[in-house]
Amino acid sequence: MTSGRALSIEQVSKVYGEGPTEVHALQDIDLGVNRGEMVAIMGPSGSGKSTLLTIAGSLEDPSSGSVFVDGSELGAMTRNQRAQLRRRSIGYVFQDFNLLPGLTAAENVALPLELDGINARKARKVALGALDDLDLEHRAAHFPDDMSGGECQRVAIARAIVGDRHLLLADEPTGALDSINGEGVMRLLRASCQRGVAVVIVTHEAHLASWADRVVFLRDGRMVDQTGTPPGPESLLAPGTTR
Amino acid sequence: MSVRHALLALLSEGPKYGLQLRQEFEAGTGEVWPLNVGQVYTTLQRLERDGLVESDGGEADGPQKGYRITESGGRELDEWLRTPPDLVPPPRDELVIKVLVALRIPGIDVHDVIQVHRRHLVETMQRFTHVKSEADEGDLGLALVVDAELFRFEAIVRWLDATDSRLKRMPEAARTAAITPTPAAGRLGRKLGALR
Repeated sequence: MTSGRALSIEQVSKVYGEGPTEVHALQDIDLGVNRGEMVAIMGPSGSGKSTLLTIAGSLEDPSSGSVFVDGSELGAMTRNQRAQLRRRSIGYVFQDFNLLPGLTAAENVALPLELDGINARKARKVALGALDDLDLEHRAAHFPDDMSGGECQRVAIARAIVGDRHLLLADEPTGALDSINGEGVMRLLRASCQRGVAVVIVTHEAHLASWADRVVFLRDGRMVDQTGTPPGPESLLAPGTTR
Repeated sequence: MSVRHALLALLSEGPKYGLQLRQEFEAGTGEVWPLNVGQVYTTLQRLERDGLVESDGGEADGPQKGYRITESGGRELDEWLRTPPDLVPPPRDELVIKVLVALRIPGIDVHDVIQVHRRHLVETMQRFTHVKSEADEGDLGLALVVDAELFRFEAIVRWLDATDSRLKRMPEAARTAAITPTPAAGRLGRKLGALR
């Protein structure tokens, strides 16, 4: 596992609108995520958690502050450099999967590689490997409409981690899945962490957040709290020690 | 958890020895409820007294004595499985009381109080989830027990979230008045009481 900071957010604020209609979506956010670490962002609707994720993924610019991905500052990059970073280093998983309906599972997974200039044959080979890792090889030739929600989300995860991504950003990744399929998705994200990927997940559900190494809490655009270093689990199974 | 019914359930699979019953009980509950040796044997004695199990008549009570379930034990087990547990919560949940009290104390930010509890719950859930993620996926007993705890905690977190949102919609000045006991609140108390 490679160590080091995959994502560093420093004093980031985001303001929408001006004057009386001004909305402070984020205020003075500091957040660092190491390779191999999973961080969950919790907060109510409108707390800024999705905005924070899009800024971390370079899909949106902060009004002030800096974002570093793999040590490089996004604000100092050209458009092309940022586009390349988004293709090569960052994987996105969304609630509604965002698979292209006209492409098979394998083609969906291969797409970001092909966009990055890798030839179609090689991209397909790598994509099949990623599907295989998620026990989805048998679905490679299927279209999203023929797959269950759980399978679609696994394909979306395969697409997000294919190649050599170091940062995986997931917004409510278990969406409408039932809790057991949702747990399957969280196990996959955890497995990515074990391979050295940094994972940031946005959720309002505590049982999903509890898969993370660290949970940060947003309220009204500010980071108000975070969990401490998780203590060992031993205490739970010894009678009389749970609080 | 009723040790009595757990033992009946194990015996419904076939006759077993005391020691075997203890080991299977521990394995079947993900070893979350360690049982002391005496508890198994005293429970078996009572089950035999009530005619719900029969022993093979060996001399002393102990690990080597064999037991089987009787017909009336089978009926008792079936009835227990279908009897709803007591779902009505205790009338004065400690966390609810703390939040209600926090609302009345000047200078206390109730959102901070709520957050302290939310963080504590999520930290506890992280530990449980860690146990589940490290365990063999085939360990069904452990997964079910851990899920039950996780969903219980999750429900409390959701109550805290809902409370946060309700309070945000209400101006601070209106809050104290809103929680001061009224005839309506008295009626609610009686209604809830009638549920129990």
